[in-house]
Amino acid sequence: MATRTLITHKKKKNWSLENVLFTTLNTLFLIFIAVVMLYPYVNTIAVSLNEGYDTLRGGIYLVPRIFTWQNYEAVFAMGNIQIAFVISVARTVLGAITSVIAASMLAYTLSRKEYILRPFITILIVLTMYFNAGLIPNYFNIRSLGLMNSFWVYILPGMVSAFNVIVIRTYILQLPESLVESARIDGAGDFVIFLRIIMPLAKPVLATVALFAAVGAWNSWFDNYIYNSASPHLTTLQYELMKLVNSTTSMSQSSSAQHGVGVNESTAAGMITPKSVRSAITIVASLPILVVYPFLQKYFVTGLTIGGVKG
Amino acid sequence: MEQSKKNKGRNKPMQLYRKMSFTEKVVTLFTKQWQLLAMSLPFLALVIIFNYVPLWGWTMAFQRYRPGIKNIFDQKWVGLENFKTLFFVDDFTRVLRNTVSMSLINLVLGTVGAIFLALMLHEVKARLFKRTVQTISYLPHFLSWVVAAGIVADGLASDGIINVVLKNLGWIDNSIIFLQEANLFWGVIGFSNLWKGIGWGTIIYLSAMSGIDTALYEAAEIDGANRYRKIWHITLPGIKATIVILLIMNVGHLMNAGFEQQYLLQRGPTQQVAETIDIYTLKWGISQGNYSLATAAGIFKSTVNILLLFLVNALAKRVGEQSLV
Repeated sequence: MATRTLITHKKKKNWSLENVLFTTLNTLFLIFIAVVMLYPYVNTIAVSLNEGYDTLRGGIYLVPRIFTWQNYEAVFAMGNIQIAFVISVARTVLGAITSVIAASMLAYTLSRKEYILRPFITILIVLTMYFNAGLIPNYFNIRSLGLMNSFWVYILPGMVSAFNVIVIRTYILQLPESLVESARIDGAGDFVIFLRIIMPLAKPVLATVALFAAVGAWNSWFDNYIYNSASPHLTTLQYELMKLVNSTTSMSQSSSAQHGVGVNESTAAGMITPKSVRSAITIVASLPILVVYPFLQKYFVTGLTIGGVKG
Repeated sequence: MEQSKKNKGRNKPMQLYRKMSFTEKVVTLFTKQWQLLAMSLPFLALVIIFNYVPLWGWTMAFQRYRPGIKNIFDQKWVGLENFKTLFFVDDFTRVLRNTVSMSLINLVLGTVGAIFLALMLHEVKARLFKRTVQTISYLPHFLSWVVAAGIVADGLASDGIINVVLKNLGWIDNSIIFLQEANLFWGVIGFSNLWKGIGWGTIIYLSAMSGIDTALYEAAEIDGANRYRKIWHITLPGIKATIVILLIMNVGHLMNAGFEQQYLLQRGPTQQVAETIDIYTLKWGISQGNYSLATAAGIFKSTVNILLLFLVNALAKRVGEQSLV
């Protein structure tokens, strides 16, 4: 609406020099921003699809010079990458589902004004946004819970996110209260109200939270590094990539050079270099989310606006 | 409670249970609200187990903790000795300087950058173009720091795009090895953060801008205001409250300069300026096994964050802006 009224007003003096100059400069600036955002990623795609030794000659920018799938074939032939892919997908899917269930149930109860524990739980949840016990106390806690070297360390600690709870609660509070009241008069309990009335209406915000949780789960590597680095069968894509990035970009550091050797051995057969393999893993480790987010844009914009300002 | 359901007054239920005695509350909880209880308790338990139980570990900061002794009270208590070591013996002040500097650089660059980009996007009339730029600008936000650090390192390499551009412009003759230069490190962190977060940062500002009354712009136009005057006198004041709230929230995270980006982008020559509190904690805690010192650093960080949050919040209240807590 806002833009439409402005356009009708502008029409009269749309062609004043000042306006044309501003629009031109602004458009150029925004194109520049778009290029800066997009280019590095497009370049990585190009390198991942270019023959490894040819890439070392330099000059690969937007498109591959000698096209090949070899890098991806090599990546998917690595045993650890296959495992990592499965684990990453599993923790993402399960993490998103459990986060949505946890956040929506908690958010519903915290939106019920008559709930006696509401103030108490709200404070406990909100406080977690501002302090953290810290690395070592958390480490000891996870260890004493027996969650070291276990898949569940990817799911349980991060299942309840205060931010997500508040986003959903704020959304539920905006729904008309009469919906809940009339259901209650018809004799519906909270389980029924939550499942039949609130959940269907909250779909947009649930999509937002699912996206946030999925992105967080897919992109994390530190829990893998700290708690599960001794379990190769629980490795994730981001952690495998982290080890590669650390080794290939810092060749001078002798301590991490061993990883690089491993890569060379497993890929010595083809025309493949650590850089080309790293590019291919980078794409594998990021493309799934980049393909999805543009379609969820209108959801997460709303979700972020609700949670960001009122949180 | 039966009455409160029929009464449509919003505050009725709250008033009702405030009048209840403790026993009445407990009875209500288990008879009328057991479904709510069942839906919240399991998750409350998770929060307590993973966020509050570990606070117990803060005792380690006041002990000379040695692994192997099971009972936490059998450890040797040393009062504030670890905190003294932190500030007077070890070079924690250097770590603190790194953290605060990078945090401030990120805060200033990120806030100014996002506001500027949002203002420019707000001026675009062509919807498709605006949406396309917005979608593209969110892209780096969805990359993990592992991926982003790899991309940044490639771009800044001796044959990377930045060096290629600078050479073609004739500004430099020989490649700059950005990641090996200690005095460029904070800048590299600042700009890679800006790259990753600027698009995402515009979302809240843009939604605040769309809430500004269009009558204001029309009135200004009749008064002969040009575009810059409208941005300066209408758009910016219109998002002032949002800016203040976000600043408060961010200042509360001053001690979180980030961990991943520094950890992944640091190289041998830059370690001295790259080490943040979180990396320091990791180094002392996990690698060197000095749990007490690492925990003390963590406590210091959390305490400062919370103090800052209340301080800035009080300041914002005093100058009459909206407050957070």
